[in-house]
Amino acid sequence: MSLRNAACIAGAFEHPTRLAPDMTTPQLHAECAAGALADAGLSLSDVDGYFCATDAPGFGPISMIDYLGLTVRHTDSTEMGGCTYIQHVAHAAQAIATGKCSVALITLAGRPRSEAVQRFRPGAPESAFEQWVGLTNHTSYGMCAARHMHEFGTTSEQLAWIKVAASHHAQHNPHAMLPKVVTVEDVVNSPTIADPLHRLDCCVTTDGGGALVVVSPEIARTLNRPVISLLGAGEATKGPSGGLALDLTTSAAAQSGPRAFEEAGVTPADIKYASIYDSFTITVLLQLEDLGFCAKGEGGKFVADGNLISGSGKLPFNTDGGGLCNNHPMFRGGITKVIEAVRQLRGEAAPAVQVPNCDLAVATGIGGSLGARHGAATIILERQS
Amino acid sequence: MSTRKLLAPQPNPETDAFWDGLGEGVLRIKTCESCGQPHYYPRHICPHCGSEKTRWLESAGCGEIYSLSVMRRGEGAPFAVAYVTLDEGPALMTNLVADDLDTLAIGQRVRLAPQASDADTVGDGPSLPFFTPSGD
Repeated sequence: MSLRNAACIAGAFEHPTRLAPDMTTPQLHAECAAGALADAGLSLSDVDGYFCATDAPGFGPISMIDYLGLTVRHTDSTEMGGCTYIQHVAHAAQAIATGKCSVALITLAGRPRSEAVQRFRPGAPESAFEQWVGLTNHTSYGMCAARHMHEFGTTSEQLAWIKVAASHHAQHNPHAMLPKVVTVEDVVNSPTIADPLHRLDCCVTTDGGGALVVVSPEIARTLNRPVISLLGAGEATKGPSGGLALDLTTSAAAQSGPRAFEEAGVTPADIKYASIYDSFTITVLLQLEDLGFCAKGEGGKFVADGNLISGSGKLPFNTDGGGLCNNHPMFRGGITKVIEAVRQLRGEAAPAVQVPNCDLAVATGIGGSLGARHGAATIILERQS
Repeated sequence: MSTRKLLAPQPNPETDAFWDGLGEGVLRIKTCESCGQPHYYPRHICPHCGSEKTRWLESAGCGEIYSLSVMRRGEGAPFAVAYVTLDEGPALMTNLVADDLDTLAIGQRVRLAPQASDADTVGDGPSLPFFTPSGD
C-alpha cells in the first residue's frame, strides 16, 4: 500500500504568540486546534483521530482528548523530537488509508520561555555515559558543523547564508520573533556559542504552537479549501550504533528523504518550495545534501549567495522565517514546517515570499540530537488542480 | 578545570564493571564473541548482531579526535565536548582536557585521562572517561 494521495491537509494554524506567560499549555493546544479546524471549515465534533507528542501535558492523548472534548476512534502519540509532527502527517494518512479515522487533528504547544519544561524522560540507556559530558544541542550540532568543515571545507560564511535567507523572509512575517534582516557579517560576528556555531546560527526559543487537520480525500473535496495531498512520506532514525557507525556529516534524512521522493514519484528538481528544519544553520545544510538538492559536501556552495531566498534563489526555503527567525515553539520546529508548506501550496504565504505557481513542496525535519541520536521525517505535498 | 557539576553516573548491573574499571584507570569497552565486533557504550546485548555473548574488552585508552565543539557560554564554560574514535574501533562521546582548548583539533591523538565526577551529596563520585592530548 502506498500513501500517495491517501490523505490531504485541510487545516493548518500557527499560533501568533511567541511569549505566553498568562496562558496554560493545554489552552495553547486548544487554541491551535480551534484555529486549524476553523481553517479547514470543520469543528471539534468532526475529529475522529487525535495525534500529539510529549509536549502535550499529562497522560498524552488521554489527558488532551478529555480536555479538548474530543470523541475519537484513533490516537497516536508517536514521539520523534522536533520532527514528530511531520511524521504525524504521514501516520495520520496511514490511519485514514486503513479506515481508522477520517479527520485527524495534530497539535503541538509549549511555553519554554514562561515555565520550566521537561524535555527528556530520565533513564535513557546512554545517560550514564553522556549526561556528564555537557552535551547541549549547541555542542551536538557544533560537532556536526566542525566535522563537515573538516571533511568538505564548509565555512562559517556559507552557513551564515542560511540565516541571512531566513531573515530576508522573516521581515515579511508580522509575527516573526526576529524580523530584522541580517548579513553574513552579522552572523559570523555574533558571539560564538559552541564552536563553530554563533548565536545567529541558532534558532529562536518561543512559546506557542500549531495544529494541522489531515482528512481523507473524499472529505477534502467537500471543503471550501485548496486540496493539498500527501504524495509521499519517509522516516528514519540514526545513532552511533555502538560507536562503529558514527558519521556526523550525514543525517537520517538521507534515508527519510529518498523514501518520500520514491513514494511520491518526484525528484528534488521538481520541488518548488522546501520547508527544511532549521534548529541551527548546519541542520539545514545537512538535510539539503541528504535530500539530494546537492551532492554531499556541496551544501556550503549550494546555500551561498542567497540561493535559498524566495524570488532570487533557486530553492526558496522557510519563507515564514523558519525556526531561525520566526518561531520554534517548545523547541520543536516540525509543525511550522508543514504549516508554511501548506501556505505556499495554497498561495497564502506572505506576498513578498510567495513562490509563483507553487504546486509541489517538501517538508523535512530532524528530531532529537543530530550529533548523538536522532530521527528524521520527510513528506512531499502537492496542490491538486 | 571546569567548574560545572559533573553528574555522577548511576551504577546498574549492566555497566558496573565499566565504572569499576575506570576507577582503576582502565577503560573497558565491550566486544561480541558471536560477531567479533566491539561496541561502546557497553550493553548486555550486542547492538551489532543481537547476541548475548558479549564480554568486557580492555581498551588501550588511545584514539583520535573525530570531532569537537568548545562550549563558550553558560555554567563551567569553556569546556570541550568531543567524539574520540578509539584505536579498537568504537567512537565515544567525551570531554577533552587541555591547558588551551583552542589547540585541540580533529585528528589529534588523545589518551584516557579519568576525571572524578561530583557525588550526589559531597566528595567524588565514580571516575569519568575524559581524554587529553597524548602528544604522539
